[in-house]
Amino acid sequence: MTGDPLVTRARRFGTVAIVLGVFTIVVFAIPNAGVVTTLSLESRLAGGAGSQIGSIDVPVLWSTLVLGLGALALGVALWMGRWRDHAIRAGGAAIGLFVIAFLLWAARGETLFVVDLARLSLRAAVPLTLGALAGVVSERAGVVNIAIEGQLLMGAFMAAVLASVTESPMMGTVAAILGGVAIAAMLGLLSVKFDTDQIVAGVVLIVFATGLTSFLASQWLTVSPDMNSPATFSAFAIPGLSSIPILGPILFDQSFLVYVTLAAVIILQYGVFNTRWGLRLRSVGEHPKAADTVGINVPRTRWLAVLLGGALAGMGGAFLSIDAASSFTEEMSGGKGFIALAAMLAGRYNPRGAFGAALVFGLSEASARALQGFDVGIPSTLLLATPYVVTILVVSGLIGRLRIPGASAQHYSTE
Amino acid sequence: MQLELQGITKRFPGVIANDHVDLVVRDGEIHGLLGENGAGKSTLMNILYGLYSADEGTILIDGEPVHFDGPGDAIDAGIGMVHQHFMLVPVFTVAENVTLGTEFAHVGGRLDRQAANDAVRDLSRKHNLPLEPDVLVEDLPVGLQQRAEILKALYREAKLLILDEPTAVLTPQEADDLFEAMAKLRDDGRSLVFISHKLREHRAIADRISILRRGKIVGTADPRTASDEELAELMVGRPVDLVVDKPQSSPGEVVLDLDDVDIADEDGVDVVQGITLQVRRGEIVAVAGVEGNGQTEFVNAVTGLHPIHDGRMLLLGDDLSDHSRVELLRGGIGHVPQDRNNEGLVGRMSIAENLVLDHWNSEPYAQRGLMQFRLIREHADHAIEAYDIRTPGADTLVGSLSGGNQQKVVVAREFDKDNALLVAAQPTRGVDVGSIEYIHKRIVEERDEGTAVLIVSSELDEVLALADRVAVMFHGHLVGPFDMPVDKGDIGRMMAGATPEEVFGPSGVPNPGAGGDQDAGERARRADAPRRGDGEVEA
Amino acid sequence: MSSDMQPTLDDERVDPGERLTGEESLRDRLIMAVTGPNVTVTILAFVMAFVVGAVLIAFSDEASREALGYVTSRPSDFFTAAWDAITGAYGALISGALGSGTGITESLLAATPLILAGLAVALPFRAGLFNIGGEGQVIAGGMFAAYVGFNFPGLPLVVHLPLAVAAGFVGGAIMGFIPGILKVRTGAHEVIVTIMLNNIAIVLLDWTLTLPTFIGNATLSPKWLPIADSADLPTMFGSRLNIGIFMALVAAVVIHVFMERSARGFEIEAVGLNPTAATTAGMSVGRATIWALTLAGGLAGLAGSVQTLGVSDGGVTAGFSGGLGFDGITVALLGRSRVPGTVMAGLLFGALEVGGRAMQAEAGINLDLVGVLQALIILFVAAPALVRWLFRLDRPSRRAKAKEVTA
Repeated sequence: MTGDPLVTRARRFGTVAIVLGVFTIVVFAIPNAGVVTTLSLESRLAGGAGSQIGSIDVPVLWSTLVLGLGALALGVALWMGRWRDHAIRAGGAAIGLFVIAFLLWAARGETLFVVDLARLSLRAAVPLTLGALAGVVSERAGVVNIAIEGQLLMGAFMAAVLASVTESPMMGTVAAILGGVAIAAMLGLLSVKFDTDQIVAGVVLIVFATGLTSFLASQWLTVSPDMNSPATFSAFAIPGLSSIPILGPILFDQSFLVYVTLAAVIILQYGVFNTRWGLRLRSVGEHPKAADTVGINVPRTRWLAVLLGGALAGMGGAFLSIDAASSFTEEMSGGKGFIALAAMLAGRYNPRGAFGAALVFGLSEASARALQGFDVGIPSTLLLATPYVVTILVVSGLIGRLRIPGASAQHYSTE
Repeated sequence: MQLELQGITKRFPGVIANDHVDLVVRDGEIHGLLGENGAGKSTLMNILYGLYSADEGTILIDGEPVHFDGPGDAIDAGIGMVHQHFMLVPVFTVAENVTLGTEFAHVGGRLDRQAANDAVRDLSRKHNLPLEPDVLVEDLPVGLQQRAEILKALYREAKLLILDEPTAVLTPQEADDLFEAMAKLRDDGRSLVFISHKLREHRAIADRISILRRGKIVGTADPRTASDEELAELMVGRPVDLVVDKPQSSPGEVVLDLDDVDIADEDGVDVVQGITLQVRRGEIVAVAGVEGNGQTEFVNAVTGLHPIHDGRMLLLGDDLSDHSRVELLRGGIGHVPQDRNNEGLVGRMSIAENLVLDHWNSEPYAQRGLMQFRLIREHADHAIEAYDIRTPGADTLVGSLSGGNQQKVVVAREFDKDNALLVAAQPTRGVDVGSIEYIHKRIVEERDEGTAVLIVSSELDEVLALADRVAVMFHGHLVGPFDMPVDKGDIGRMMAGATPEEVFGPSGVPNPGAGGDQDAGERARRADAPRRGDGEVEA
Repeated sequence: MSSDMQPTLDDERVDPGERLTGEESLRDRLIMAVTGPNVTVTILAFVMAFVVGAVLIAFSDEASREALGYVTSRPSDFFTAAWDAITGAYGALISGALGSGTGITESLLAATPLILAGLAVALPFRAGLFNIGGEGQVIAGGMFAAYVGFNFPGLPLVVHLPLAVAAGFVGGAIMGFIPGILKVRTGAHEVIVTIMLNNIAIVLLDWTLTLPTFIGNATLSPKWLPIADSADLPTMFGSRLNIGIFMALVAAVVIHVFMERSARGFEIEAVGLNPTAATTAGMSVGRATIWALTLAGGLAGLAGSVQTLGVSDGGVTAGFSGGLGFDGITVALLGRSRVPGTVMAGLLFGALEVGGRAMQAEAGINLDLVGVLQALIILFVAAPALVRWLFRLDRPSRRAKAKEVTA
């Protein structure tokens, strides 16, 4: 008998945690005795009441030392054979401690606006989450959706135009949903009805959506700028909740699409695993013939899943053009569809996991911006590569085995 | 319920799979459907289950014509099917699989897992098919997965149950359990259609048998009165003679020498353990056994596709583990893999290319890294002639040949080499009778030219016809080998897990003291006499 | 294919019900998608794409949109205006690409990296692999070539240029090798890994554009140091066309011979068509995978070199790869993953691009329309069933197609 794969995995994570712990102590803690990082708990961004806690000074040496020892302890415990079944969580916690230590160290001698960092991370995670959820529902039904990037772009374009014409961001969102659904419908048509290779279809649709939106933008929107000055969403502070210290400005003083995203994560997590719809959806993705032989309509289930995915990604597009920005620009999705794909994989096809991964990716994006100007040792732009490196590690099985839905990318026809 | 098929016809491009099939399944009977591989049994049942629509013909249930647009309609009409390849979602629990499509759910669509588990537990108790409802299907052994599949049909209140080759994946013991369950279902008033190409099983369980050949029903028989010869002839269209005419073997030096070999699967679990076996020049050693008892790993290990975990494996005195697959193939092992479509041939390449597939980059077919297509083509023309491959030409895509001719391409490639050892797994599966005879003849010729031959087959008749020595594989262990002749029933019992001592008495060998191979064929023939649970005639 | 051999009465017959599950492997589907469509479908795909493009022109041209405003009262105005816009645009497109010597040399220049990037996708297709990583490989190749190109300025051209080109090949090959080795060692899907590597390459490129080693003191509009003359691709015919086109054609011939004649190419092909049978025959799926992806990366790296050593002679800038990786996919799909087809498709898309510039200048229709046209062509080529359905062609049933694949 060779080694138990669970033990091997736990040890691998243990090693990572120990390395991170030692690195934290040696690089972040020891050279920085007497240095202080100021953590500001105020929000410069949230419009609402905001909390007035002020800021606290954290000594870099002691704080990072504690965090480093924590990671070290997790690593040793993993090596000793604790938490074999929760190795991923323990390893994740060690990485989380390292990230916090890194931020404390990077901002040493300066002020770090942590609430705003969290807030920005969440906002950066919105289009990624919606795109990843689009991938989750579609892939759970056995249709690979590489075309998220195209759905985001189409959604962004439609939202900008319609929110300009109607002067209503809500109407813009509806249009974005239709735009995402339109690309999804083409994906469905090609993959469900005309049995084109799903990955090829997805790539072709990205090229198509990029070309079409760029053409229309340059040919039309540049001539009629009033068609590209949309009414945008602004933050809506939920009375009461938004005045909770720290959490309020992060979670409850956000714009409409952020709330929609959080709701979508919760509803889909529940729906996919605990409802009749979810069971059927997964059966179609795992073993379509089994589903067919008990009378489940496989093409219809797949169609609905793909279209729902399009609607979600379309909303993600709306966030780009009428929330995060206030107009459509060519290729404004800038690869976010691919990061969304990465978040879906890193989240192992689970809505909750995808959201978690999107948050991590959002944090790396927000940190890269927040740390500009600080002496970080490595250029903060390289932090932008985090999602991609993490994804490669995930699909390489270095962070546990990735289980793909059984009938992923397989066409199914009864006759 | 009574089911009647009238004039069912189904055409596929170039083939008539079902040709005006008439069939009546009476209320409360087990109706056997017997036929060779490719006779059209599965197509017929897929039509009956609504997966295909018939081009012509009518289905009547209790005298009323019905029309199925999909399996949903067939289920509603009370038809259930246990598919040969289970229709189960591996990552779902038993209860989730059983209730899929007609789930227990609260208002709003939330699944009621408790109710589903209770219902499945009740159902399994009622039909005496014990099964835990909340176990993941992928964690169950095959026999229990099949049970889940049966429960799935019963949950949908099937009054007519179709079982498509249900015994193919079962050990004889599991098959007997299945037959018991089937009998109970019949006694409860259900009708069953039982599909198999094994005569023995039909005798054991069927009330009536219909025989399907080349898409047509060629006869209906009573299993109690019809003789094996009659049934077999109906099935294949001419008298079968699976006894191979072969001279006595004259074994020479040891070619393959296995000493206490363990083979592990991908997860590191030993699936084959303690194999000790020698194969000599000029003899055929055949390994019998129900599929899934480690044969695949065994064959792959011997031919260098799969590493051995422990033990020693020598080819002509050389340690095999030092050599790569390609060195073994070039250095004296011929390998006819068990699944020619997946392992043996590249369907979208030509016959000529497939004939050099395992020496594609060696002289003379490749020189200085470049393929010598003229030479490859000449080689193909020669092989097509020598091995009687029926094809328009060497450039024909292998995928468009019939199964028998495809197998001849594999045989031509593997036999044409200068082999010290020939390993053939399921050498005649899915092959027409004419090609079976031809391939068997070539195997014996190889032996007589001094090659050591190792056959692995789940077809007991093939094993008995070819073997000079026979061994049985069960649960990863090898029993034997024993010198032929060995009684067919005795092998059958060992395939089901009996030890040699249980079968042959304390000596653990058949016919202690009896010698000689002269009457091997005669004994094998006598062993065909139908004895419940033992004798077995397969097509 | 199925007509090669009609089943005869003497042959054992296969029960199609047993063979066809309705589910085919990803690999089979991929191979169907890239080798399936016939010439008729390809031609119809062009027709369809240009028809849809015409509709877009009609509705985005200002004159015809004005006429659309009163289309109910005077419909002929709209149709006349639309017709003028469409013929004007497509006329400019064609004459711009092929109507002059400059048009032709510019088309060939544009086709050069497209051919190379197309081959970088076509070759792995043959092994059943989808290389979406062209973009990252182009970037890596371009950066390697440029780095060698702006260093060592004293070298003679015959040494420096080949050295820079070779560096480009190596840079791309490394980016191709990574997904290859990861797939072989860990089973990581090459589609995901190559997509991620594209983005990593972009991040790295953006980073180099902040470092003095690469950009000197040009911090305002960051750009790599200029390529030395001795590593600049020489131009021909007094035009901007450089000898890169010959590099591309030579590479195409080499790859063609490699795939159709060499033992290694045979192995790659067999692995692509049936990896299990190839393994059983002693071939190595891993070796074929790594070879196919590494070579492909090298080809894309050459495409990057052609860009940085030739066209953008000012050196490497952000986004110099210009979506070549994705263009390569469309080229390979149109070329049905065969070398001659890919070369043709590259030439065609190069001409479209140049014609598109003329169209923008003369007819006021934005160059981005070309991207839409290309996407539409590929959409229809990749979905032959869609085209057959649209045109009600006598199509082989899906069953027959599936049989070809599974049989």
